[in-house]
Amino acid sequence: MALRFEVLGRFNRARAAQLTLPHFACQTPLFMPVGTQGTIKGLTTDQLEEIGCQIILGNTYHLALRPTSELIDELGGLHKFMNWPRALLTDSGGFQMVSCITNLYVAGIFYTQWHFAYIFQVSLLHLADITEKGVTFQSPVDGKPMLLTPEESIQIQNRIGADIIMALDDVVRTTITGPRIEEAMYRTLRWVDRCIAAHKRPHEQNLFGIVQGGLDPVLRDICVRGLVDRNLPGYAIGGLAGGEDKDSFWRVVAQCTAALPEDKPRYVMGVGYPLDIVVCSALGADMYDCVYPTRTARFGTALVPEGVLKLKHNAMVNDTRPIDPTCACMVCKNYTRAYIHCLVTKDAMGSQLLSYHNLYYMLQLSRNLHSSIVEGRFVCDFLQKMFPKGDVPEWVCNAMDVAGIDISSCCSS
Amino acid sequence: MKFAVKALSSGKARAGVVHLGSCPSSIETPCLLLSTRKGLPIFISPDLLSSLPSPDSNLLQFSPLHFSEGPSPKTISSIGGLHQMVGLHEYGFAAVARDSIQCLPECGSTNKTGASFETPCGRRLIKPVEYMEMITSMKPNLWATLADEVPAWANNKRNKTSVDRTVKWLDECIARSPAGGAVFGSIVGGSNIEERKRCAQEIIYAGYWIGGFGLGESMEERPSLLNAVTDNLPKDWPRMICGLGLPEEVLQGVAAGVDLFDSAYIYHLTIGGFALTFPLDRTEKIDYNYQLSDQGSDRTKINLRATVYRKDATPIVEDCCCYTCQNHTKAYINHLLNVHEMLAQILLEIHNTHHYLGFFRSIREAIKEGCFEQFQKKFVQSRREHLAADVVSV
Repeated sequence: MALRFEVLGRFNRARAAQLTLPHFACQTPLFMPVGTQGTIKGLTTDQLEEIGCQIILGNTYHLALRPTSELIDELGGLHKFMNWPRALLTDSGGFQMVSCITNLYVAGIFYTQWHFAYIFQVSLLHLADITEKGVTFQSPVDGKPMLLTPEESIQIQNRIGADIIMALDDVVRTTITGPRIEEAMYRTLRWVDRCIAAHKRPHEQNLFGIVQGGLDPVLRDICVRGLVDRNLPGYAIGGLAGGEDKDSFWRVVAQCTAALPEDKPRYVMGVGYPLDIVVCSALGADMYDCVYPTRTARFGTALVPEGVLKLKHNAMVNDTRPIDPTCACMVCKNYTRAYIHCLVTKDAMGSQLLSYHNLYYMLQLSRNLHSSIVEGRFVCDFLQKMFPKGDVPEWVCNAMDVAGIDISSCCSS
Repeated sequence: MKFAVKALSSGKARAGVVHLGSCPSSIETPCLLLSTRKGLPIFISPDLLSSLPSPDSNLLQFSPLHFSEGPSPKTISSIGGLHQMVGLHEYGFAAVARDSIQCLPECGSTNKTGASFETPCGRRLIKPVEYMEMITSMKPNLWATLADEVPAWANNKRNKTSVDRTVKWLDECIARSPAGGAVFGSIVGGSNIEERKRCAQEIIYAGYWIGGFGLGESMEERPSLLNAVTDNLPKDWPRMICGLGLPEEVLQGVAAGVDLFDSAYIYHLTIGGFALTFPLDRTEKIDYNYQLSDQGSDRTKINLRATVYRKDATPIVEDCCCYTCQNHTKAYINHLLNVHEMLAQILLEIHNTHHYLGFFRSIREAIKEGCFEQFQKKFVQSRREHLAADVVSV
């Protein structure tokens, strides 16, 4: 174990905590920007520090392809390679292989030269084949069949050197039904043992297990108990953020957070939209990651308290207001919507400035969640700004009910 | 705007000082105008701009044509002008219709009503009235009048027409000139020395913008064309030029008495994945770590896509104090280029700009020490020697 998790404040199930990792002491709840290939698209490490980024997520699959984990190791690990002094988390590499096809559709038509290589390699992937040994896939480089085993995933992550590493799990999308889900859940538990055995740096890197089980509460329960038995430094709730309806989504999160140990961090993978993060935090989760803020920036969409602002829209051509008058970031302090409008989708600078703002927004959201969890007021403020007419979605009301947070002041009905 | 010549070397090369209202410090010349797209550098975001040497890096160039698809001049005025719109209040902006990277003069389509340019939004014809509307709303520190530029091979008739039109448009622009903002009269004339002289003599204003270069004239014919213009300009006023981007071309401009330069060189290096490495100090230096296997490199620059840099954990230039060299290695930039990440261009533009500004600094030092001619000779010669050595060794 190479971390310390200390709860500093609570509001019912929600917690504000300090998560001390080898490279940085973080405050939770926190959002982790995704730096797929050893960089957050268009931002320098200085800028990331300045906006308060605490942990960056790196994709094992991409880094293992280029520049390879051996090279990163030889040059002193990913922290040194990209010159990031704070914390890093790497995923296991499994998810990219299985689920890239969805991402391809999302990012597909609008690619710029900076997206091109990502699309190119993804489009060469065939559906992966998962066996007890590991995940078999076709290499995008030369088409040869390759096998990613739990052992190999951990070895690669050991070489990359992140503060938190993820066990290789057998992940299935929640939209699938049938015995495959149960098979995947039990296999995830068996693979966790292999990951633990293969982990060579437990005093420098924290291995998190991932709870699977689809939308089935019985399976989820078995998985949680199995992982808790292994006494890991932290736990992730996986297999969500893949197209399931919101009502099922929050119930799985609620069930898992209720069953996972109080004194260890809980990471909901692939989440997400600001509203989802607020709800999950109310239910007791601590860590989140998503490509959404940076990806949507590249399509000209800004995150604002009311939801989103589409800067590409013609209405923005002569709008001299800032993107978000309540935001303290460099972009909102200096630029008008009109100016950003003329940049987006045409100039690299547009992507950069919007990514900067969107990440600032997500990190500020994290800071607000942390500092106001004790008060409990934040949830209401957030919902009132996003739903000024009081039309809070039903799934959110149900979730807040379970979380024990009174949002009647935000709802019209 | 105030300008003064402080030193001369070899007759015509001059070191001077320009002071602009919005910039807190004076800027020494000869100096480089940083290229921008819509007022901001192409890759370096505004908060990273301050990491470049100041005040050298405080002069930016843009073309009003960058904004031909919005925001409207009315909106720009209501925001308060370009400085306000791009949040760079302590920088100086120079407006020129031509931008050597993406607003290239298209003399075939230029006619008596306006000048034509190839832009990312297609071909645009801009009339003096429209041009001045944009200048008035943007309030740059200095601006060049609209010109009809022709390449070196234009015939005499076309040359003459370009001079006539440029002079006519000069009057139209000045008639609509906003208060504030220094006017640089545009001088054209193609490769016809007589026309160049005529143009230079007709225009007398606060500064001069020399057009029609970097459009196909050869290195050999350029000095005489340049001199034909500068010999006929009053010595006390600043001269700006577009299209002389390469170091040797800049040196030719300086030798003829030009003070302000734009350059597309940095942009092309950056998008090509190249980083400048030529030595900036003027003492003879023994060649360091030069990799012969490097594809496309010579002793002036390195190609960071080359596999030889995959594991190179050293900065681009060992004692460079730019943000890129202080924080990142060649190996990391090599990786970023290979995975097509935008950060590669950001880091390269920072380093290349920093390095090129250093080149301009050495030019100024050489002029102040009275040895510009030797500096130019030595620079050009050593680059030729390196190229010759490479040819022999391959």
